Amino acid sequence: MTFQPTPTQIARIKAAVFVACLMPLALLALRAWRDQLGANPIEYITRATGWWTLTFLMITLTVTPARRLLSMPWLLRLRRMLGLFAFFYASLHFTTYIWLDQFFDFSDIVKDVVKRPFITVGFTAFVLLIPLAATSTNAMVKRLGARRWQWLHRAVYVIGTLGVIHFLWLVKKDIREPLVYALVLAVLLGARLVFRWRERARTKAPTVRANSHPARAGIGPS
Amino acid sequence: MLIRRSTDIIPSEITPRALFEDRRAFLRDAGLFAAGLAVTGLGARAVQAQGKPFAGARKSPLSVAEAATPFKDVTTYNNFYEFGTGKDDPAERAGTLKPRPWTISVEGECAKPKRWDIDELMKLAAVEERIYRLRCVEGWSMVIPWNGFPLSELVKRAEPNSKAKYVEFVTLSDEKQMPGVRLPVLDWPYVEGLRMDEAMHPLALLTFGLYGDLLPNQNGAPVRIVVPWKYGFKSAKSIVRIRFTETEPKTAWNKAIPSEYGFYSNVNPQVDHPRWSQAKERRIGEFGKRATLMFNGYGEQVASLYAGMDLKKYY
Ligand code: HEM
Repeated sequence: MTFQPTPTQIARIKAAVFVACLMPLALLALRAWRDQLGANPIEYITRATGWWTLTFLMITLTVTPARRLLSMPWLLRLRRMLGLFAFFYASLHFTTYIWLDQFFDFSDIVKDVVKRPFITVGFTAFVLLIPLAATSTNAMVKRLGARRWQWLHRAVYVIGTLGVIHFLWLVKKDIREPLVYALVLAVLLGARLVFRWRERARTKAPTVRANSHPARAGIGPS
Repeated sequence: MLIRRSTDIIPSEITPRALFEDRRAFLRDAGLFAAGLAVTGLGARAVQAQGKPFAGARKSPLSVAEAATPFKDVTTYNNFYEFGTGKDDPAERAGTLKPRPWTISVEGECAKPKRWDIDELMKLAAVEERIYRLRCVEGWSMVIPWNGFPLSELVKRAEPNSKAKYVEFVTLSDEKQMPGVRLPVLDWPYVEGLRMDEAMHPLALLTFGLYGDLLPNQNGAPVRIVVPWKYGFKSAKSIVRIRFTETEPKTAWNKAIPSEYGFYSNVNPQVDHPRWSQAKERRIGEFGKRATLMFNGYGEQVASLYAGMDLKKYY
């Protein structure tokens, strides 16, 4: 039997996940307070927040395959929060860059965004995240309609890919870590293709799918 | 060669304050014992007496009068891929390097090739203290009090012949001592090179120590070069071979990504790295960025080496 939590249990799980998602920030703050960020603290903060942004994007993208493979549909209830945490860390990452790294030198920032391909890609990913965060409320889902909302939120596949390219392009020579992320992303996106093929094969058969209604299937990009 | 002093290079004799501050920074980081001595009033002299081989080294007039980067930062934030690609890897993993016994083979196009024992080499000329700026290609910089003597002293002894146009420096590549060389991140061994006139320039330093003591392993023990007007990776560490060649040496980073790392790699704020700007740098320990200087501020001394060369082409 797979675990199917009651509404109270779900509320507790959500609270626990919320606290867990704040741990990277808490740890970073603790290190900063103890003066343990090393010789180049700004670089440390930039890298830590960037790393967590990409990691949260990957965790968010894991929800759909996990809930299917584990038959735990309730996992979907965590997805919005995880996605918003990805946006939260991206905002910290971006703020670190604008404030600590460039110190609001906007002419330099524009030059950077245009000239440095890895910044261009990261910036695009961040800009694309904004509408997703802005339309994350239930009210927005209703206003847009499930279909359009779902279509918009497929942008997360592009954002994840841009995030990995950003990482690949910023390292000097040792691309092992970005390659691990590329692999994880490939598996996560590949899983969706497999699901889709299977579904297509099934819909060819005359039976009506039980899951076809967005409200029950859990709307959103899978 | 005529060496004029640029305005920001002041003879150390007239900058007692800067030196005093360096010493303070050094004391702060030299460990509890040294700090304890300082606090109890025994002062800097007592620290020097603790077997730091270069503590009394002559202060070179080629030093810059800028605040030195704290010892701790100089020795924990390093690029030394033989010990891993993370900046903290060398400090954590270089303990396996054995800097004694050590020999450096000087060979190639010269009349007097020789295998030098490290301790013999160290006595070849008077070791000085040279406080240099160090600018990394990644956009950060430090100010480090090195201990060494001009590379030209060693080059002269070898009597390079007329075919010797370049000098190649080869770093140790030993899996047992250097965990990083198990991975093909670069084409090991690490090779660097200078043109003969660059190698003979008085600023090019054959370096055995920093902050008055022997080089820590993570900084390239037991012997490295320091070429302050070039990006940091040009300054080869833990050198086992120095070879005079007729053709331009195939240097490690140039081989790895030729479009990003040229043979010359002079610090140049006008020539951007393809992936990032080189106009500014973050001095370790400072918050904002400062402008990067042409030839890392050593233009008055070295610009003539490159007269007539298109530095955008020969980056
Ligand atoms: C969704 C958007 C983004 C993601 C997923 C992301 C991810 C990352 C990752 C994984 C790293 C490397 C961390 C490491 O070395 O361990 C990084 C570094 C960095 N990112 Fe981002 N990033 C994003 C957006 C941005 C934006 C908008 C900017 C600036 C406009 C930016 C600027 C940087 C910089 C400057 C670094 C450090 C490079 C270095 O230290 O060499 N990133 N980012």
